[in-house]
Amino acid sequence: MSVLLEVKDLVVRFYTQEGTVFAVNGVSFDLEEGETLGIVGESGSGKSVSSLALMGLIPSPPGKVESGTVIFEGRDLLQLKPDQMRLIRGKEIAMIFQDPMTSLNPVLTIGTQITESLKLHEGMNTSQSRKRAADLLDMVGIPDAYRRLDDYPHQFSGGMRQRVMIAMGLSCNPKLLIADEPTTALDVTIQAQIIELVKQLKDEFNMAMIWITHDLGVVAGIADRIQVMYGGRIMESGSSHEVFGDSRHPYTVGLLGSLPRLDSSGEEKLTQIEGSPPDMRNEPEGCPFAPRCDMREMLQLDKCWDQRPPLEIVPDSTGAVTHVISCWADIREGVAKHV
Amino acid sequence: MSSQVMEHTARKSQADDDIILSVTGLKKHFPISSGIVFQRQVGAVRAVDGISFDVVRGETLGLVGESGCGKSTTGRTILQLYRPTEGSVKFEGQELSTMAGNDLRQMRRRMQIIFQDPFASLNPRMTVGSIVSEPLQIHNIYSNKKERQQYVEQLMEKVGLNPYFINRYPHEFSGGQRQRIGIARALALEPSFIVADEPISALDVSIQAQVVNLMEELQDELNLTYLFIAHDLSMVRHICDRVAVMYLGKIVELGPVDAVYDNPQHPYTQALLSAVPVPDPGVEESRQRIIISGDLPSPATPPTGCNFNTRCPVAFDLCYQEPDPPLVEVLPNHFVSCHRVT
Ligand SMILES: Nc1ncnc2c1ncn2[C@@H]1O[C@H](COP(=O)(O)OP(=O)(O)OP(=O)(O)O)[C@@H](O)[C@H]1O
Ligand SMILES: Nc1ncnc2c1ncn2[C@@H]1O[C@H](COP(=O)(O)OP(=O)(O)O)[C@@H](O)[C@H]1O
Ligand code: SF4
Ligand code: SF4
Ligand SMILES: [Mg+2]
Ligand SMILES: [Mg+2]
Repeated sequence: MSVLLEVKDLVVRFYTQEGTVFAVNGVSFDLEEGETLGIVGESGSGKSVSSLALMGLIPSPPGKVESGTVIFEGRDLLQLKPDQMRLIRGKEIAMIFQDPMTSLNPVLTIGTQITESLKLHEGMNTSQSRKRAADLLDMVGIPDAYRRLDDYPHQFSGGMRQRVMIAMGLSCNPKLLIADEPTTALDVTIQAQIIELVKQLKDEFNMAMIWITHDLGVVAGIADRIQVMYGGRIMESGSSHEVFGDSRHPYTVGLLGSLPRLDSSGEEKLTQIEGSPPDMRNEPEGCPFAPRCDMREMLQLDKCWDQRPPLEIVPDSTGAVTHVISCWADIREGVAKHV
Repeated sequence: MSSQVMEHTARKSQADDDIILSVTGLKKHFPISSGIVFQRQVGAVRAVDGISFDVVRGETLGLVGESGCGKSTTGRTILQLYRPTEGSVKFEGQELSTMAGNDLRQMRRRMQIIFQDPFASLNPRMTVGSIVSEPLQIHNIYSNKKERQQYVEQLMEKVGLNPYFINRYPHEFSGGQRQRIGIARALALEPSFIVADEPISALDVSIQAQVVNLMEELQDELNLTYLFIAHDLSMVRHICDRVAVMYLGKIVELGPVDAVYDNPQHPYTQALLSAVPVPDPGVEESRQRIIISGDLPSPATPPTGCNFNTRCPVAFDLCYQEPDPPLVEVLPNHFVSCHRVT
């Protein structure tokens, strides 16, 4: 497999009236063709901003991509002109969002909205594009698809709107689909429908996918690789088996420990992470998890406060996929690294 | 006929249980009106459509189901924030559905609610101290200002807030801290029963465990009874003793959490549980999902026959011909409403 997308040292800030928001503070990752990367993290950890940045969609002002490169098929997307970027968006990289209602235009029929991009990117005429749009709606499981082309977004349920968004996203056979919390607003039975659908379509279309969520359960089922974000940084990344089964970052361990299990009765108390997520208006120094980290306290690791731990391969990595963490401690041995 | 069966069977049967709340045949229908000048009722949203259950003192009963199935309406109708369309709500032996005025106000001291959204539910212009002490003022408790402040400080400590922050405003607190403020306020009048309506849904994952642990500690300490409304089924298993699964305004399954989760009987419960993702790739790889097609029907026009027959993977002729199946005890303390099971 070859690398499709290469993100390096991405830094994004927002200059607001309440001060600077340090949203993404040096994020680097690769994505291979056909691979599914799950990005997990709590709200405000920088998941959406990092994916918006690579699509050239950061609102500016107040936002600014301060540095970084995003190499997609040999080109740095951050250097493209807006109209060049527009051709890539929708055609080669598609994105679906949490709330389909905000990304669908309420005054245009579903048919008009799907055919628009087919006409722009694929040069189809009206009847060709309507036929293709109906096929797409049919493929995502919307009954009576041809007739429903003339319906407006509000005539569809939440789950159906998300299906429409997926149909639109896939309309031009993108190489990469970025899905930002696409099922968060949906009920769990509808979420299961959408996840099954996306899994099946991903294989059919042979796309790579970035699936962003705060739900660790969702990515466990669909991602090849998981990236855990906190405070605008990647804390841990590896195959889903490595990150879930052999977590090496204190934050990942804490997060998984605080989750109750559906499949066993939970008599014991949940282990809780003390404190709360960082205020992103503070200039990041050191490790963003330091104020809440037991390991730092136990090992008296003072450098966690003012030195940023680099993303490094876990001390005794065995996996074929690179398992990396950003932490000054080796939690398996319970010792500080680099001493 | 069916409502009688329900009234009779949906009880938790042990005679020695201390029943704090008893709900029987409860309905809440919201009228749908049409016409601009002359409003006339053209139908009704059957948000809660005939439910019966008991809650035992000191337990946590979970209420789960998809968005719009009637969970919040159930909680609010029990507290008489909505008056029932039909049915009875007995709390600590007294009938609430016919109670009004001062009697109801006195009863409300014993029953409180915690809301989902700690941002929207707190008045942004009031300090923490005044938010927490407002119920005390309304009920004229602690007319001595100093005593009241001391009590509020105790409450803040109890929920893990530093009393030092008593004069701060809600926006100065994080989501988890605001939920603690909401809990402190709910505890101010020493209630015995609390409806917690999605108390952790709006919180970050790392904060949810903090709030749940707090709720459990307070329950032990104060012998509280909870009706815990949630859509996180894993958390419900953790925190609840029993769980009721709702679908389109009715309870379709009710039982001890381990019984319902390990051995779900109703096709909807089976599909619902199988749809919940588990944070374990090994488990996810081998899991069999029951994908139910379609969406929740509108509670204004529920299907005829079994409520679930438009999506049920195992529906058969009876499910369309007979009225909605009654909730029947099929295993000890485990109630199910389905023709396949009974
Ligand atoms: N005040 C109201 N007037 C009219 N209809 C209402 C009112 N409150 C609720 N409903 C309707 O009653 C049904 C049940 O609503 P309810 O809020 O109880 O659902 P819920 O199970 O709590 O859902 P959620 O998980 O989304 O909170 C829904 O169809 C809802 O639209
Ligand atoms: N348009 C904006 N203006 C100012 N701050 C923003 C904007 N968009 C995002 N942020 C801030 O950037 C940080 C990261 O946000 P985001 O990537 O959306 O988080 P999430 O991980 O929940 O997707 C947060 O602190 C957020 O408040
Ligand atoms: S770098 Fe230090 S503070 Fe950060 S997670 Fe590791 S031990 Fe904890
Ligand atoms: S009664 Fe019939 S339709 Fe209803 S849940 Fe049972 S099998 Fe399904
Ligand atoms: Mg986001
Ligand atoms: Mg609700």
